[in-house]
Amino acid sequence: MIPEIGEFSLILSLCLSVVLATIPLYGVAIHNQLWMNYAKPLVKGQFLFLSISMICLGYSFAVDDFSVAYVANHSNSQLPTPFKISAIWGGHEGSLLLWAFILSGWTLAVSFFSRALPLDMLVRVLSVMGMIAVGFIAFLLFTSSPFARYLPQFPADGADLNPLLQDFGLIVHPPMLYMGYVGFSVAFAFAIAALLSGRLDAAWARWSRPWTNIAWAFLGGGITLGSWWAYYELGWGGWWFWDPVENASLMPWLVGTALVHSLAATEKRGVFKSWTLLLAIFAFSLSLLGTFLVRSGVLTSVHAFASDPERGLFILVLLFLSIGGSLTLFAFKAPNVKSDAQFSTVSRETLLLVNNVFLTVMAITVLLGTLYPLLLDALGGGKISVGPPYFNAVFVPIMSLMTLAMGASMTIKWRQTKTETILQTLWKPLAGSLLIGIIFPFIYGNGFDFSVFIGISLSCWVFATTGLGFIYKFQHTASYWDRLKKLSLSYYGMMFAHVGVAVVAVGITLVSVYSEERDIRMEKGDTVELSGYTFEFQGTKMVKGANYSADQGRLIVTKDGELITELNPEKRHYTVKRSMMTEADIDPSLWRDLYVALGEPLDEKGNAWAVRVHYKPFVRWLWLGGLLMTLGGLLTVADKRYRKKVVV
Amino acid sequence: MTPKRKQRLIIILALVFGSSLAIGLTLFALGENINLFYSASQIASGDAPKNTRMRFGGMVVKGSVERSTDSLEIAFKLSDGASQVKVVFTGILPDLFREEQGIMAEGRLDEQGVFQADEVLAKHDENYMPPEIAESMKKKAEAIQ
Repeated sequence: MIPEIGEFSLILSLCLSVVLATIPLYGVAIHNQLWMNYAKPLVKGQFLFLSISMICLGYSFAVDDFSVAYVANHSNSQLPTPFKISAIWGGHEGSLLLWAFILSGWTLAVSFFSRALPLDMLVRVLSVMGMIAVGFIAFLLFTSSPFARYLPQFPADGADLNPLLQDFGLIVHPPMLYMGYVGFSVAFAFAIAALLSGRLDAAWARWSRPWTNIAWAFLGGGITLGSWWAYYELGWGGWWFWDPVENASLMPWLVGTALVHSLAATEKRGVFKSWTLLLAIFAFSLSLLGTFLVRSGVLTSVHAFASDPERGLFILVLLFLSIGGSLTLFAFKAPNVKSDAQFSTVSRETLLLVNNVFLTVMAITVLLGTLYPLLLDALGGGKISVGPPYFNAVFVPIMSLMTLAMGASMTIKWRQTKTETILQTLWKPLAGSLLIGIIFPFIYGNGFDFSVFIGISLSCWVFATTGLGFIYKFQHTASYWDRLKKLSLSYYGMMFAHVGVAVVAVGITLVSVYSEERDIRMEKGDTVELSGYTFEFQGTKMVKGANYSADQGRLIVTKDGELITELNPEKRHYTVKRSMMTEADIDPSLWRDLYVALGEPLDEKGNAWAVRVHYKPFVRWLWLGGLLMTLGGLLTVADKRYRKKVVV
Repeated sequence: MTPKRKQRLIIILALVFGSSLAIGLTLFALGENINLFYSASQIASGDAPKNTRMRFGGMVVKGSVERSTDSLEIAFKLSDGASQVKVVFTGILPDLFREEQGIMAEGRLDEQGVFQADEVLAKHDENYMPPEIAESMKKKAEAIQ
């Protein structure tokens, strides 16, 4: 009964979405106030019914209703309850339902928090989001309903959730990532609304900015969480694999970052207007493409769990409709949108433009590397794969150049700054950063290292210039405290995010260059030394969990004879899935992680084990930086200028 | 030239420079880092180049896994239903590695026709088969019929 209610609610929400996508928009066209007023209640209804759907699916999981195919495939009566709930998004159908649910959540939020928006603008935005909802709910209902039943004979117990997904990381990572993906639909809807109405001014940018920033923050947070999860759960100590699905989330983030900056210029200076629109369209299109790549199974990927050509085709059609439609609209309407302000070559605008170019180029190279194998295969050129070396070779130089420009922009003013002034202010931090970059590898490592030099110099450069920009804010002021209070939250947000980039750069550089890793055969009493730490293997013992049994290893870590920690990595055997899982154990700290994972037993009695030992310096900085960026993005949204009522 | 034109020119030049840099890097990197996929039959019949980095996938042949007693070296055979090729790998295998499971290995083929893998990949889902392997096995099955 409950699953049928869920299915029925889904159908109702589809009907409401169809109405939302058409009637209010038509109301705008014929200036009918009554029809326009339908938009808000329709949004509420759509959200209500999708919530009911979500609750029904959650309930089916909670009570182990294995007559529902999706539940039977992704849960088990032995599964701990929090994982039963998070199993809602542990597979294809449920995660699409989550997608649609979050979309309607964003739509509801727009209808609530945009009281300042003129009604016709709001209605356009809501209707466009309604159109997206139609596409996705239809996709759910026609190709992948999570409520389909196994009838008449259903299994007595479920097939269990993939052990890798039975983890805290999976409870938070997908919803966070989807909040970001789907959040760009708001920026997209605003862009389409602007094109439809021909209205694109500072007020428009001010409406659309907080939504874009918050989506960007969530997406960044989601990527950070995913990286952290992969690091501790996959058991090989990597934090980024250039997997197609990771790329799928990175591309909208890159374009989203460009959009955030270009929107800033549009709001403050009225420049880059049509470029901003184009970025908004592309950020969302790439989110859709990401969904397509993950869900259609066209790519060989660790994430691709369901491959079904019919689904892939459906998303592809959806993709063509939305990208094709919005770009056609752009082509017809964009010439009306003119940037009215002027700026000189040496100005913050130019640097923002440079930053945009770099970010877009990076997104394109990632896109190329991700889709190239697909294209080649489609053209009959054979099966190939593009590996991490490609991405590193392309990504790192462009990223470095962009970081250089990013630091410079912090002290340069809008409109125009004299070249001499720039040189005067910037030569000191530049020289200082280069010096630290040269010295650092000698102190921390064993000698000069070019990557470390570049990475550390760039990070110091961003730290220093961000600090300088902050200090300049106090130049012509008597009371520091007043000034501190007067600085907008947006400004603090920007500082946080930029410092975050520098922190990530430190992490990437040091963990890439100074990591040490050993795969080694160990018997009880064997020791291995790594970066000054001694790991002694003391054998394994059996332990039992809720739905698994495990061999738990014991390693004593000492440094210079002093006990540092004891690590207990596990090799788990999940009984229902009959699958093995490596559970690494980590001793984390701000400066280094000690990471131990068990391979497999190497003899019959289980005395000798393959053991993987890592020393990972500064690896935490990666996620710390990601967290800072997310925090920065969220801070800008809290800025009070977005809460003011806009006089139109 | 008016200042506005000059500014535009500089921006366009910057764009051209940026994109040509990106295209150059991309082409260079793509040329260096593309790994072609080969099946067991292709390798066995000598169609695959020696000492070139490539991907090789197939099913782990039952009973073919041999482990060294004093190191992490392991040898096994991969099959596509028709031919078998020996793979040697040193290190820790992924959790989903087991007999009769679809596996993807990356590495080089040596002069003796043994595949020296430096990476072995198994997928998250035990029912999942990399599309390349599925296709090469299907081809074999059709050829046999």
